[in-house]
Amino acid sequence: MQWAPSESVPFVIPWYGRWILPTVGQVWPKPQQQTSSETFFVLRPTMFQFQVVGERCDIIDEAVRRYYQIIFYPGDAGRIPLSYPPPPTPIQEHPQFRAFLDSVEIDLKQPCEYLPSADMLESYNIKIDTADNPLKATITSDSVWGILRGMETLSQLVYSSAETGVAYQMNATEITDFPRFSYRGFMMDTARHYMPLKTIKKMTDLLAQNKMNVLHWHLTDDASFPYESTLFPNISRYGSFQPFSHIYTANDVREVIEYARLRGIRVIPEFDSPGQPRLLTECYDDNGILKVPDEYGAIMPTREENYVFLQQFFGEIFNTFPDPYVHMGGDEVSYYCWQRHPEIKAFMAANGWGEDYTKLEQYYFDRLTTVTQEITQNQMRYIVWQELLDLNITLPTGTIVEVWKGDYEGLSFNEELARVTKYGYQTILASPWYLNYISYGLDWEKYYLAEPLDFNGSEAQKNLVIGGEATMWSEYVDSVSVIPRTWPRACTVAERLWSDRSVNDTALAALRLEEHRCRLLRRGFMVDPSNGVNFCEQEWDM
Amino acid sequence: MAIKSVSFLLLLLDFSLGLAEPDFQKANLRFPFDLPKGNGAWIRPTVGQIWPKPQLEQSTDNFMVLRPSDFHFQITGNTCDILEEAIHRYYDLIFFPPRGSGTSKRFQKLSNKYSMTWEKNENFRGYLDTVVLHVMQPCEKLPSLSMDEHYEIKIDATDRPREGIILGQSVWGILRGLESFSQLVYSSQNGIAFQINSTMIMDFPRFPHRGLLLDSSRHFLPLPVIKDNLDLMAQNKLNVFHWHITDDPAFPYESRKFPSLSQLGSFNPYSHVYSPSDVEYVIQYARMRGIRVIPEFDTPGHTQSWGPGSPGLLTPCYKKDGTKDNFFGPINPVPAKNYKFLREFFAEIFQVFPDAYVHLGGDEVDFSCWASNPEIISFMKQQRWEQDFARLEQFYMQRLINVTQDVTKGEMRYLVWQEVIDNNVVLPSSTVIHVWKDGNNFHDELARVTKFGYRTVLSSPWYLNYINYGVDWDRYYLAEPLSFNGTESQKRLVIGGEACMWGEFIDAVSVTSITWPRASAVAERLWSSASTNDPRLAAPRLEEHRCRLLRRGFNVNPINGVSYCDIEW
Repeated sequence: MQWAPSESVPFVIPWYGRWILPTVGQVWPKPQQQTSSETFFVLRPTMFQFQVVGERCDIIDEAVRRYYQIIFYPGDAGRIPLSYPPPPTPIQEHPQFRAFLDSVEIDLKQPCEYLPSADMLESYNIKIDTADNPLKATITSDSVWGILRGMETLSQLVYSSAETGVAYQMNATEITDFPRFSYRGFMMDTARHYMPLKTIKKMTDLLAQNKMNVLHWHLTDDASFPYESTLFPNISRYGSFQPFSHIYTANDVREVIEYARLRGIRVIPEFDSPGQPRLLTECYDDNGILKVPDEYGAIMPTREENYVFLQQFFGEIFNTFPDPYVHMGGDEVSYYCWQRHPEIKAFMAANGWGEDYTKLEQYYFDRLTTVTQEITQNQMRYIVWQELLDLNITLPTGTIVEVWKGDYEGLSFNEELARVTKYGYQTILASPWYLNYISYGLDWEKYYLAEPLDFNGSEAQKNLVIGGEATMWSEYVDSVSVIPRTWPRACTVAERLWSDRSVNDTALAALRLEEHRCRLLRRGFMVDPSNGVNFCEQEWDM
Repeated sequence: MAIKSVSFLLLLLDFSLGLAEPDFQKANLRFPFDLPKGNGAWIRPTVGQIWPKPQLEQSTDNFMVLRPSDFHFQITGNTCDILEEAIHRYYDLIFFPPRGSGTSKRFQKLSNKYSMTWEKNENFRGYLDTVVLHVMQPCEKLPSLSMDEHYEIKIDATDRPREGIILGQSVWGILRGLESFSQLVYSSQNGIAFQINSTMIMDFPRFPHRGLLLDSSRHFLPLPVIKDNLDLMAQNKLNVFHWHITDDPAFPYESRKFPSLSQLGSFNPYSHVYSPSDVEYVIQYARMRGIRVIPEFDTPGHTQSWGPGSPGLLTPCYKKDGTKDNFFGPINPVPAKNYKFLREFFAEIFQVFPDAYVHLGGDEVDFSCWASNPEIISFMKQQRWEQDFARLEQFYMQRLINVTQDVTKGEMRYLVWQEVIDNNVVLPSSTVIHVWKDGNNFHDELARVTKFGYRTVLSSPWYLNYINYGVDWDRYYLAEPLSFNGTESQKRLVIGGEACMWGEFIDAVSVTSITWPRASAVAERLWSSASTNDPRLAAPRLEEHRCRLLRRGFNVNPINGVSYCDIEW
């Protein structure tokens, strides 16, 4: 049964065989500037080494080990490195052979930073046998984060050549590279389905290998509360699916943060909802009768003790997660229970707010920011979903607004972006990148072509868009498939956010993406096919 | 309970009310069950329930306990390799599933430490240390369309108190019974690791042909993935592996007589092929599980990958100006030598694959290339067929059937896709027509095909490769093969169905997780009684079944939205 392409694919489907031919030794996401020649070097696993010539720290030491492994022995233990029959003549006699490349210099110009941050520098240079660096290979950067990105690029430049039979070959290349946007995130939802630590780590590796730099950890939601709080352990004891196996202990969280730090990835937790008894609004129906006890509304904004709790809770979060940014959620608030609660009605009347419950929400949010600023000595920064702004709620300066509406409501996200940036808030975009929505066939193009800066707005407005996120809500996905469902579709978001705006030809991208997919598969990650009928030299489970 | 009275929900979101603005992610989605109001999983799984549901099952609250170190199966009737292997397999599945084997060790520790507190439970009936397996007829070596899959299970029945027996006429019935038995065993809340309720089951399949199609041409599927799927089929009581082994993109079947077919037509002739021993392995693996392997060698269309390895087989296409194009169409039905090739090729297939049935394909034949080819044009003229290329297709199928009948001494049986009948090709009456078109509107076609008197297998509503956001198993579950307008005798001609997983957009990475447990819904439709059709009742059992398959080491997706299993992937 032939698949009849109802929508266009970025290539012509051939009569037989694979639909497209992958590139060889191309980098994903595409560097800002790259020149390379046909001249090639051969890498020998037993001779090869990274030479750290500049500053060094644990991040570099770990990366050096990691990338040696990724280049020469990718994938799970037991996988045989790719090899072809040895060439008929010594490789040295190949006309394009230049030399054996036995070392790559890592040249970090400035001391390492300990933590990745919103304003980390990620630019780097790679020179392999350039005029000013003949017969040598060097990765240079002013920041350790740039070195990490450069090492990823370098690892992707190494390829196995079917033509020469060389397993590890690399062309003479010069790259100058930097990200287009500083915030390139992925949101992972561990509340609807619990994701084991192993899965989170694999996800983090994949983020690094696509040069993304934020893991937005949607830790809790309606469904469950798997975060084990030190101060309030009862929340996860009663609110997780299973209080021993389906939670993240303080140590688990530390492990994730450290794993991400070593890869230049920030971890931003989202607490849409800490809960504890009496925190939430009891719900009354229209006749003023209290509903069944397990129905609650939003947090009760009128009770003082709630702010004490929130202050302590977020104080703990701020100490646990080193990034100053915390995602406060704030989406989809319904006023139903607020409107029917006598205590709230009285409070509204006392403040003369009439029926304007956005005032109450504003009050709540003001109080929340006040108490959290107080306990963190004004260091906490916020990310919120766009609803708060939609309700004209004033947010503390420095707050980032995440735009998620638009694509699924008949509106274009461009209008949302124009509106949000007009208020002067920094903005990240998620609307076009809800990867949990799946559809049959090729769908990565629409993610790839979503352009964050296409909206009508001034230069200053556009400068406020600091990046975007792919999101993977987990109602219908758990650790079994969260990785193949996310990747390589999220790769396209990664390229949109890293590469130059002009890198937007899907026909060209398809070929590189095909190579990148097989690369990630070879590295041991369960990533789905990206372009229909095709094969990788090493398949999954082969 | 404390958990109920304390709700841990969104900071700001009103999660709780139907009246409230729904979570956008749930908007416009249908569910075969009510979403819960508070926190937690959307569905509470059953405990110790069987999937697919047996025809007849009675059980009580009385229970027996199984002890891994004392338990054994005892064969009292006929025996054979199939049964001996099954015993080992099911012992492991029950006590040491790949992702839950820790349970056994914990059990042993616990029972030593707490001196078996369950013995004081009034429902405790004793330890089930022996389950008798009794096959009444000598084993058959091969599963077949006519295999007998009936079985009975009695655990602590009135006529056999405190005993366990699985009884069947044939070894295939015992295999199905062992699967059911393994699903009856559960870990209880009381800390008992292996517990089984007093139960009587009388079970048999509603349809004899219950299949899964996997496509190893669009993406190559390595053997471990095929094995996993065969295991999953057995654990869902499916009994036909329809192996769509070749198609336009690639020819991964390594033929003994015509090795150039895969040498030139596969993605890679060393790593991306099924060698004769691979094929043999798959067949044996399936046989041990009571699964037939029906290979499909789709012709005359869907054969582009045959071209490089067999020059002259495909029809050269011509441009409008009468010059040769670089493209090839379906198999060229004119030259006699092509039938000679097909005769030899299918003779090999008939030898390699022990099942009498071979799927000949016959779908989506594109006539435009035939119509452009001068050789074919003149042949058509000669036959006075005008522009009726359906007659040419008929001619091809007829010749193909003649030569394959000839070379297999009339023993080969066929499955074909529905187009062959739609184009009025006359087929041997034993041929099974595979209905695949029109999604959920398959009724007219089923009525039509059965009116011709052909037996029929249905796939239209079960194209699992078409993925959907949200919960979608209930639509597969509710597709009823016999809901078409037809006589009783027409309905008897529907011998089953197949779930299909075409491989355009899926490979070894996700083929298992996308197929399962969605294919489980099809499995229950085809095995259980027609009246077992309430998704609300099925959902909790399916939820248990999903976690069971996960525990058994298979990467199967969540099926009912927000949920968890005791042991995650």
